[in-house]
Amino acid sequence: MDFNDTPEEAAFRAEAREWLQANVPTRDELEGLDEIEASKLWQKRKYDAGWACIRWPEEYGGRGASPIEQVIWNQEEGRFSTPGGVFGIGQGMAAPTLMAWASEEHKREHLPPLASGEHIWCQLFSEPAGGSDLAALRTRADKDGDEWVINGQKIWTSGAHYSDYGIIVVRTDPTVPKHKGLSYFFLDMKSPGVEIRPIKQISGGANFNEVYFNDVRVPDDQRLGAVGQGWQVALTTLMNERLAIGAGGMGGGVGFRQVFNLARKLEIDGEPAINDRNVRAKLATWYAQETGLKYTGYRALSALSRGDTPGPENSIGKLVAASKTQDMASFAMDLLELSGAISDPAHAEAHGMYQATFMGAPGGRIAGGSDEIMLNILSERVLGLPQDVRVDKGIPFNEVPTGR
Amino acid sequence: MNFEFSDEQNLLREQALGFLQEHCPYSAVRAILDGDAAYDEGLWKQIAELGWTAVVIPEAHGGLGLSYLELSVIAEELGRAVAPVPFSSSVYLATEAVLMAGTEAQKERWLPRLATGEAIGTFALGEGPGQPRPQNLTTGATANGISGVKIPVPDGDVADFAVVVARSDTGDGASLVLADLDGVTRETVGTLDPTRSHARITFDDDAAEPLGADGEGWATTQRLLDRAAVLFAWEQVGGANAALEMAKAYALERYAFGRPIASYQAIKHKLAQAYVKNTLARANCYYGAWALDTDADELPTAAATARVSATQAYYYASKENIQTHGGMGFTWEFDCQFHYRRAKLLSVNIGSEATWQNKLIGALEADASVA
Repeated sequence: MDFNDTPEEAAFRAEAREWLQANVPTRDELEGLDEIEASKLWQKRKYDAGWACIRWPEEYGGRGASPIEQVIWNQEEGRFSTPGGVFGIGQGMAAPTLMAWASEEHKREHLPPLASGEHIWCQLFSEPAGGSDLAALRTRADKDGDEWVINGQKIWTSGAHYSDYGIIVVRTDPTVPKHKGLSYFFLDMKSPGVEIRPIKQISGGANFNEVYFNDVRVPDDQRLGAVGQGWQVALTTLMNERLAIGAGGMGGGVGFRQVFNLARKLEIDGEPAINDRNVRAKLATWYAQETGLKYTGYRALSALSRGDTPGPENSIGKLVAASKTQDMASFAMDLLELSGAISDPAHAEAHGMYQATFMGAPGGRIAGGSDEIMLNILSERVLGLPQDVRVDKGIPFNEVPTGR
Repeated sequence: MNFEFSDEQNLLREQALGFLQEHCPYSAVRAILDGDAAYDEGLWKQIAELGWTAVVIPEAHGGLGLSYLELSVIAEELGRAVAPVPFSSSVYLATEAVLMAGTEAQKERWLPRLATGEAIGTFALGEGPGQPRPQNLTTGATANGISGVKIPVPDGDVADFAVVVARSDTGDGASLVLADLDGVTRETVGTLDPTRSHARITFDDDAAEPLGADGEGWATTQRLLDRAAVLFAWEQVGGANAALEMAKAYALERYAFGRPIASYQAIKHKLAQAYVKNTLARANCYYGAWALDTDADELPTAAATARVSATQAYYYASKENIQTHGGMGFTWEFDCQFHYRRAKLLSVNIGSEATWQNKLIGALEADASVA
C-alpha cells in the first residue's frame, strides 16, 4: 500500500500542473464576466490546449486519456478555483450517452462543441408524475413523417434557460408496459414550442426549471437508440449522473473542518464547545464517515490505476454525503445558538454558509436518485436482493392506476 | 495510488478464509459457548502452526517478520469466523507490548514462544467499572512484584503471562510490568461472550518485572491501544460483514405474505445501510492498516477513525441481523447471537465507542494540519 503515483502518473501530473499554473484565468481576466461567460472562457482555453474532456477520443475533442489521468487532472484542476459548473450535465451525462448511442456524424458534429464549451446541454427526464419512478413519464412524442411532435411537461431541468441542446426521454407508445414505450431524443432548446419557467426552491434560488413542450418538432434523425429503446438509453445517462453527483457535486459548502473549527471557536457553558462529549461524539462520527468515503475513493483510484473497474462500493458516496452534510449544517447552527437563525450574509457566521447549506441539503438527498432509490439500488445491484413487487409490471402504461 | 492489499496478501486472505470455513464453522464457536473449555485449543494450535501468531514477530525471535498488512488480513478473517481463540490478547496486545517496550532478554524469553503459540499472553488494564485512568489504578509495585486486582482480563484464565498496567508515583502515573501468571490467583468470570474467556486476577505480592521505564506506562499503553485498535477494527469489520451475510441469506430464504422478506424495502434498506456502514469502516481500516504498517504520524487519528466506524458498523449489523431473523434470531439455537455478543465484547474490550470518539477528536485537535 502506498499513496504514490506511478512514474507515468507523476509525469502526467507534472505536465498538467505546469499547464494549469500558467493558464488558469486570473481574477482580472474574469472580472465582470457572469458564470456562463467565465465558464466558456476557461473551457475554450482548455480545449485549445488539449486539456478539455481529456478522457474523450481526440476526434471528438478530447485527449484519449486514461481514467486515472482524468482523476489526476481533476485533482490538479481542483487545486484552483476555476469556473465551469454549467458544463457538468452536457459533458458528464449527455456526452457519454451520445458516445454510446449517436451516429458517427452526430458525434463529430456535437461532441467537439460540448468539449470546447461552445454548447451547453441540459437533461429533460423527470416529470411531475415521474420522479423516483422515472419510467412513468407521460410526455408524448407522436410520429409525423420524418419528425416527432412532442407534447408534455418536464421538471427539475437544471440550466434549461441557458442550454443550447437537451436530451429527452418521451413516451412513444402508451399501449405497452411503461419501460417498453419510451424513446430517447436530443433536441435544440430554441425549438418553437419550448417554454421554460424557473422553479423557486426552498433555498430561495432557482437552479431548476419546468420545461413545457407544445407541439415541439424533432427530426427522427435525432433519436438515440431504436423506438421503444429509450429506457435502455436513459440508463446510460443515469449511471453517469450518479457518478457525477457521487463525486461530490451536490450539497456543497459545509465540510467536517468547518464544523470542527466552529466547535473550537464557540462555547458551551463557558467551555469550548469541542470539550463537550456530545459534540465530540458527533464530530467523530462525521469525521469517520468523511474519511470512509475518501478512502473508499482511494480504493477506486487504485483499481483505475491498475486498469481495473472500481467495485460497487463507490455508489455509497452520494447517500452518505448528502445526509451528513444536512446533519452537519443543522448541528453547526445549533452551536451558533440564537445566531444560528441569521442567514443574512452581512451578519451570519461564515457569510451564511451553514444556513445556505441547510436549506440546500434536502435537494442533495433527492437529486440524482433519492436516498430511498439509492438504498434500493445498493440492495438490488450490490447485495443481490430481489426487487419489490411492482403492481404496474406487464400492464400497458395507459392502464396503470395513477394518483397525484 | 496503490491503496490495496497485494496479490500475496489477498492469497493469504483466501487461505485464511478457506481454513476457517473448514476448521471454525459456527458449530465450533457453539461448542465453546455450550461447553466448559475456555477457548478452542485445537484451533489455536492449528492457527499457530499456520504461523498466524508469528506474523509480525521478527525472524530473529522466531517469527515470520511479515507486515501488519498480513496481520490485518488475518484479523479480518478471524473476526468473520467469530473465532473462539485468545488471538487478540496474545497477538495484538501482549506480543505488541513486548515488541514495543521489552528488553532484549524479555523479547528472547517470550517472543519465540508467542510465535509458536506455545505461550499465550494478555494485557491487564481494567480494575472495575468505568474508564481506566492512572489516578484510579490500585495495582502497584510491592517488595517482590505487584499486588492488586485486575478485572476483567481477557483470556486471563488461560494466559501464561500478563502485561499489567500498574500505578506509578513518577512520570505519567503508570508503569507496565510483565507478570508470569503461573501460581497467581485467577478465577474465570462469566462475560457477555462466553466464546472469549475472561478472568479476575488477584496479584498478592506476586513476581513481576518492569516492561519499559517506570512512569512511562500510560503513554506506552496509549500507543499500544492505538496499534491494537486497528487490528480490533479489522476483526470488527470481518464480523460485521459476516453478520450482514447471515441476515441476507435468511432474508432471501424466509417468506412472509407470499414473498421473500428480502423483497421488502424495510429489510432491503436495513441491509443496504449495513453495507454502507461496513464499506465505510473497511475503507477506514485500510487507512489504519497503512498507518500501523508504516508507523505513520497519523496513526492515532487513523486508528481511532477505524475503531469508531468499525464499532458502529458491527453493532448495527449484529443487532439488525437478529431483527431480520425475527423471533428465531432471538433463540439460542440460531447463530445470530455470536455476532451480537462478539460485537459488544470487541467494542468494550479496548475502550468504548465514546472513548474512541473522544480520542479521535483529541488526535485531530493535536494535529495542526486539520485547522
